[in-house]
Amino acid sequence: MNVLIDKFDVFAGGFWLTLQICILAAIGALILGAVVAVLRISPVPPLRGLGTSYVNVFRNMPLTVVMFFAAFGLPALGSNADFLRIPVIDSLFARLGTDLPYFRFALIALVLYTAAFVCEALRSGVNAVPAGQAEAARSLGLTFGQNLRHVVLPQSWQASVVPLGSVIIAMIKNSALAGFFGVVGDLSAAADQLTGAEGYAFIPVAIGISIGYLIMTVPLGALLDRIEKRQAVAR
Amino acid sequence: MSQQTSVLYDVPGPRQRRITLISSLVAGLVLLVGAYFLIYRPLDDKGQLSMELWGPLIDPSNENFSQVWDRIGLGFKNTLFAAALAIVAALVVGTLLAVLRVQLKSLTRLRFTGMATPVAYLLRGLSALLSAVTRVCVEVFRGLPVVITIFFVARGFPEFGLYLDNLWYLVIGLTIYNSVVIGEILRSGMEGLPGGQAEAASAIGLSPAQTTWMILLPQSFRIMLPALISQLVVVLKDTSLGFIISYEETLNIGKQIIGVLGNPIQVYVVIAVLFIVVNYSLSKLAQYVQRRLAKGRKTAGTPAQNPPATALMSQAEGAGGV
Repeated sequence: MNVLIDKFDVFAGGFWLTLQICILAAIGALILGAVVAVLRISPVPPLRGLGTSYVNVFRNMPLTVVMFFAAFGLPALGSNADFLRIPVIDSLFARLGTDLPYFRFALIALVLYTAAFVCEALRSGVNAVPAGQAEAARSLGLTFGQNLRHVVLPQSWQASVVPLGSVIIAMIKNSALAGFFGVVGDLSAAADQLTGAEGYAFIPVAIGISIGYLIMTVPLGALLDRIEKRQAVAR
Repeated sequence: MSQQTSVLYDVPGPRQRRITLISSLVAGLVLLVGAYFLIYRPLDDKGQLSMELWGPLIDPSNENFSQVWDRIGLGFKNTLFAAALAIVAALVVGTLLAVLRVQLKSLTRLRFTGMATPVAYLLRGLSALLSAVTRVCVEVFRGLPVVITIFFVARGFPEFGLYLDNLWYLVIGLTIYNSVVIGEILRSGMEGLPGGQAEAASAIGLSPAQTTWMILLPQSFRIMLPALISQLVVVLKDTSLGFIISYEETLNIGKQIIGVLGNPIQVYVVIAVLFIVVNYSLSKLAQYVQRRLAKGRKTAGTPAQNPPATALMSQAEGAGGV
């Protein structure tokens, strides 16, 4: 068990880096997912087709393939993902500016992949709004945009909180993949390094890493359960 | 679904037609730019003949064509094999887990009347303890990433002198995670059944075990069938994590091909298309089964209601997997 104390900084660093990836990827995925969701429910067929094909492609593709594509395919396309270097964010999330581009590639892959699920979660929320609401708004003469902004989206938000939460939990778990794609020092990379190269006993390392992930996922899951129960009562 | 959102639409008119036209152009442009970057650009960048990197994948007269596709075929067969093994194992373990949890829950509610008091207390304490242990196990394995579970299995088993083929590490890792998920789906299916089912079963004299096996489980299996198919998609996607423990699945073989031929984009595109086609058909099948089940319910005379499968399915899909 000494490894848990001796290498506490490795565990803590891994936890912090995983948290950073998750925060940035969650922000990116929520924004992109919202855009795709609006595309998917828009009145214009080509845009709807674009949104639908995005979701179908990324939902049916393993994240591993997306990660491989980002980490090894994008460089072949000539991108080092330098567009993700934004001075303010760089100073907040040091890895973005200083690390090998793998951090940014992992971020791109996570955002692209999670956005498809975020879109579906948001859309399920929109579908949960009674059709009469949107009809009433239409009959008042609101346009698509107004209808969405003032009537449908505010109501759909409530119904999509829980599915959005489970998407984010899944994303936190998926971020573990980043460590196997050259992101140095996140929790899964720490597991690899400690049990492999440094040859520590397996069980304590496994316990430490598991605690790291469970700290992030279990409370979020419990919170979602509570929200779900409260909504069920409210209905 | 499209019916519900359709009421959001603007009234068709010249403005609408203009927007449609412009957005068609935008969508077409996006697709074109995407195709340019994915298909043309990497070839051009390397300054090689346009067929040189795509050739092994799409040109039958290429010397590497049959070999490359044989390898990819082998990889996909391995992927399907591992996924099938994992889903069957997860189904068995998950069913046992769900039954265990439901039984333990009803055990903790029993008062064990007709027994000596200390024995009753002991039994109640024991069942409460077991119930808590299974709950913690479920929470832990549901909260851990599948990658980490597979990694732990592959690194941990040899530590205890258990040396297995890479396939088994992958299957065991996938089974641990998916049996927990399937178990939870089944359990919520069993607990979501109308209470009258279990009561009626016990009224005609079935034992709790008989009630579970003959009444509750078959019904919740029926409800969870679409969710199970969606879970199959998740497992199929998760098998690509086998590359971490160097199991020869599709992606790993793709990596080998790239290593020899040096065409990353092309191989990733082919692998992605392969996965998308299979998984998309599977999720369509899940939707079809769900519709069929919903129809069966209506004709059976029960009130037309949303089958619980809808909720279960979105739950399974929301989980995402890898």
